[in-house]
Amino acid sequence: MSEAILIVAGLRTHFYTRAGVVKAVDDVSFSVERGQVLGLVGESGSGKSMTGHSLMGLIDPPGRIVAGTITLDGRDLPALSAEEQRQLRGNRIAMIFQDPMMTLNPLLRIDVQMIEAILAHDDVSRATARARVREALVKVGIASPDERLTAYPHQFSGGMRQRVAIAIALLNNPDLIVCDQPTTALDVTVQGQILYQMQKLTRETGTALIWITHDLSVIAGLADRVCVMYAGRIVEEGSCEDVLARPMHPYTQGLLDSVPANNERGTRLKQIPGMTPSLLGLPPGCPFRERCAYTTRECEQTPQMRAIGGSGQAVRCFHPLIPLY
Amino acid sequence: MLVYVIRRSMQSMVVLFVMSLLVFVGVYAIGNPIDILINPQADQMDRERAIAALGLDQPLWQQYFVFVKGALTGDLVRSVVHATSALDLILERMPATMELAIAAMLIAVVFGLPLGLWAGLKPDGIAGRSIMAGSILGFSLPTFWVGLMLIMVFSVMLGWLPSNGRGPTTLLFGLIPVSFLSWEGLRHLVMPATNLALFKLALLIRLTRAGTRESLLQNYVKFARAKGLRNSRIIGVHVLRNIMIPIVTVIGLEFGSVIAFATVTESVFAWPGMGKLLIDSINLLDRPVIVSYLLVIVTIFILINLAVDVLYSALDPRVRLTDARG
Repeated sequence: MSEAILIVAGLRTHFYTRAGVVKAVDDVSFSVERGQVLGLVGESGSGKSMTGHSLMGLIDPPGRIVAGTITLDGRDLPALSAEEQRQLRGNRIAMIFQDPMMTLNPLLRIDVQMIEAILAHDDVSRATARARVREALVKVGIASPDERLTAYPHQFSGGMRQRVAIAIALLNNPDLIVCDQPTTALDVTVQGQILYQMQKLTRETGTALIWITHDLSVIAGLADRVCVMYAGRIVEEGSCEDVLARPMHPYTQGLLDSVPANNERGTRLKQIPGMTPSLLGLPPGCPFRERCAYTTRECEQTPQMRAIGGSGQAVRCFHPLIPLY
Repeated sequence: MLVYVIRRSMQSMVVLFVMSLLVFVGVYAIGNPIDILINPQADQMDRERAIAALGLDQPLWQQYFVFVKGALTGDLVRSVVHATSALDLILERMPATMELAIAAMLIAVVFGLPLGLWAGLKPDGIAGRSIMAGSILGFSLPTFWVGLMLIMVFSVMLGWLPSNGRGPTTLLFGLIPVSFLSWEGLRHLVMPATNLALFKLALLIRLTRAGTRESLLQNYVKFARAKGLRNSRIIGVHVLRNIMIPIVTVIGLEFGSVIAFATVTESVFAWPGMGKLLIDSINLLDRPVIVSYLLVIVTIFILINLAVDVLYSALDPRVRLTDARG
């Protein structure tokens, strides 16, 4: 296929708290091609959101990126100056957040919040910016944009606010949009509309997406490739069909089993036993071994990512569910 | 909006009425002004004539009604001591206090906001920590002591600034006497205004810092950063707009209290304002002046609160003044 727009290699983001070092992102590598949708799946605390924030350069102290490269279109983001990073943010790489109720500033009109996103990157007149803003609102399916532009966020529903956030992300035609659970806070029908819209827009513009979620059903309909994260690491990676149809990591299998639709009617819902481990002072070895049905002595060693089969599926496990070819 | 203002005005009338009643009865309980006013050598006839002239021979409720009637009809209530209208006395002193209060609030806002913002943005830096340590001093040092120290240092030891009075005044708009228009007047104003401002300055610094720190954690700030906005715009527009709401409230309330409680500073610096008039009137049990003064202060508080509410609706689009809560 086409070339990779984003290559992440050996990314480590650590938080230096009083209690110790939290390795929120621990040696994460993946790449995204132009126009591709990559699903980043995991439970709360798996480091998926922190990976997204690292890409945007939005990690606040006490956290920081301690190692690794994030190469966007040939440029290593963490190595750039703060001003160069700012120029790329919202311009070549944009982000949409989880809670649309909180992401728009409640005291500023929609047009102000949209126009400033253009003026931060482009030296254009206010009128030109306004025209582009209006166009973006139409693109995300907001009727009567002129009326909407002079409104305040509290006059919008949750779905409408998320559409505005998406429109803002699209304003400068970025190469990549990091979507941090953008539909989690919305009800299912709105979620469906937003997903459809995103899919359509990225196909039209060739924008790549990183879709961070814990909802496998969203991933199933949207993503081209999937990375499953656990305790700050990617534990399984592959094409969407492969990973969802033939999961190799016991954790991925557990996630799939937890989806209610996959359970038998009348039986107890399945769940993964135990809880995600604390990332503070995580012992060496496979972090999933406490909750895994296949644990052996070997799992006290740290497993490495290894490719299985020829389809590009890879797994970080000593006992993958499909025997090695 | 109009309904809101009318409802607010009616509430204010009730507050004024209750306030006047409380104060009138309270001052009546303290003592009889005749004992202080009249010459100890006066005979019983003189004494009774004076009591009758001041209306002090009537029962309390009648005295109260005379006072209220006077206040309502504009037939001015006379000071027991000065033999002029109590309200005139107060209004004559008001410009001095207002000037002092406005100058103090200006100092507090002009220094407090930037310092608080700085301390909020860099809470762990040396500057941030120093600002916070300084604000604790501003909180804990008593006003009168700071005032005396200022006089000690700048008037007595260095001889830079005059220690008392307003200095020469100039008429603003041809009717309000103010000090700040002349250099000499400004020199008189600086120390008392700074003295009065210190506590408010400390308060504003802490409030701004807390607001800034809280605001920085909000998602809209994160989203603004994700949009690639410059820091100056994120802080100057997104953060500042949000922290202005609590700050405006506090500035309003504090402005009222600065006017009302400038008494200490006015006494220390012999500033001829309303506060000093109040202290003198309490000493002489000048009942009409005390009550009128307190009513004027309550009115000022009510007006400031109204102004804050109107400002609120300008700052926060979610607030609409048609609200029935009042």
